Amino acid sequence: MYATRKHAVYAYLLLAPSLLAILFVYLYPVVKNVQYSFSAVLGPVTKYVGWRNYRLLFKSDTFTTALLNNAKLLLAVPIMIFVTLLVAVFLHEKIRGWKIYRTVLFFPYILAVPIAGIVFGYIYQLNGILNELLRTLGLNALALDWLGSPKIALWSLMSVIIWKEMGFGIVLFLSRMLTIPHELYEAAMLDGASWRQRHWHVTIPEVRQTLEFYFTITVITMLSGVFGYVYVMTGGGPGNSTSVSELFIYQTAFKFQNIGMASAVSVVLLVISLVFVFLQLRLRREDGDAAR
Amino acid sequence: MQRDNRIGWAGFSVQQTVLLFLTLLALFPIYFMVVTAFKNQNDYISNKFGLPSAVTFENFRTVFGQHNFFLWFGNSVILTAGSVVLAMVLAVLAAYAVAKFWFPGKKWILNIVIALMVVPPVVMVIPLFGMMTKLGMINSQGGVILIYAGLLLPLSIYMLSGFFAAIPNEMIEAAMIDGCGLLRMLYRIIVPAALPAFVTLAIVNSVWVWNELLISVIFLQDDALKTLMAGLTVFKSKYTLNIPVTMAGLIISTLPIAILYFAGQRTFVEGLTAGAVKG
Repeated sequence: MYATRKHAVYAYLLLAPSLLAILFVYLYPVVKNVQYSFSAVLGPVTKYVGWRNYRLLFKSDTFTTALLNNAKLLLAVPIMIFVTLLVAVFLHEKIRGWKIYRTVLFFPYILAVPIAGIVFGYIYQLNGILNELLRTLGLNALALDWLGSPKIALWSLMSVIIWKEMGFGIVLFLSRMLTIPHELYEAAMLDGASWRQRHWHVTIPEVRQTLEFYFTITVITMLSGVFGYVYVMTGGGPGNSTSVSELFIYQTAFKFQNIGMASAVSVVLLVISLVFVFLQLRLRREDGDAAR
Repeated sequence: MQRDNRIGWAGFSVQQTVLLFLTLLALFPIYFMVVTAFKNQNDYISNKFGLPSAVTFENFRTVFGQHNFFLWFGNSVILTAGSVVLAMVLAVLAAYAVAKFWFPGKKWILNIVIALMVVPPVVMVIPLFGMMTKLGMINSQGGVILIYAGLLLPLSIYMLSGFFAAIPNEMIEAAMIDGCGLLRMLYRIIVPAALPAFVTLAIVNSVWVWNELLISVIFLQDDALKTLMAGLTVFKSKYTLNIPVTMAGLIISTLPIAILYFAGQRTFVEGLTAGAVKG
């Protein structure tokens, strides 16, 4: 719209405050973080130590356990994609009450993580409401110590994450599906396509970009967006059985004051996240090329 | 799409069953939170599932009697309002430049902004902490407002510039012929035309800040400065044996967001998914 040199200067002036803030909150910290990860940091003094932090990191059981727990949480990704897509398809068919379902199923998403965490903490207590329900049903063997047993605590955590985060996926897919031209379905029906064929050949290809996007943000959430759940519900315990990378960063940096090592973990997380984002952008570009 | 008759009665029942089951799952913890908050301690222990045998407001009274709870609530309000307004002002200017101006490096700047949207805050926390310590801004609400506003910027600029770009250039040209200056253009034409976008963005950003935990735990350690979300974890350990009181605290903490949700449900949902759908 405005394209003269004078306007360009003007545009930079408009951008300046935001760019300054972004520099301050994102770019400088990210660069500094990379620098820290190759240093021993003692108060204001930093000393270059090469890859030592990374080497120590991958030798540390505490860290590998935490990272492995993040990897286990990734199992939630296919579950969430399957269920959210299925529900969105049902709602998209304007099944009776779809608007009510949409409202209700989205509700957990707006609850704050600490709030969901505390409520589920009580539900999952040894003498909590879930076990009481199971005992009433005569399923005493199933009344486990959901958050207290190292073997199942992580899966209990995962169930809460899925419970809370699912609403976003449903609404996301549904809003994309509502923009699919009706004619595509009519044509498929005329060709005699079954319910499953229609969705496999029309709905899924149509929402593919949204699917890739959702996949990426869910993966990133599982890797670097679960601090609140762990902090509130288990604090990483029992033992280290539910520790995750973010909690490891938090404890290493702010409890044990080992800035270098904590920064190295941040860099690892950053690199993994960027790889997934990059893959998503590539996929999208390929989709774009294919469409042309 | 219209409901397809060929799915048949069986398909319809399967769908309804699945949806009802998920609805029950989604609502049960919320039901549990709400009914428990209105029970007294004995009632809760003997009757965890059912409705309160006698509705009591005692738990809410206990929560309101907590000096700290009010402080934390107020802190969250200050941080949310401060950072959302600050981010909005900065983002409006930047989005205007991105949507309606050409300048060298525009594509680069946009790409960086988009890439930053997915960088997890945990990556920035340690250097930010070092920086804030140097500036003497640990336990400073101003410092945290600055951090939150900065973190909100990429998404805000991205969303707003999308909305601004959709404003027809003819509208701007007409105003220019009337002698409207660039900045006046922004608040006379662009901002009014994109008003719904502001509401959406304000809601989405407020929810994020209100619910944020990691940064508030690290940067606001002083008990009097804690946010509600950080305070709740303290509150919970204090009333760990009195679950109904904790639940009452949780309900009060959720109320502002729940009100936003039900008041502006359509905008709210659209806002959370905006950019993602087309993107």
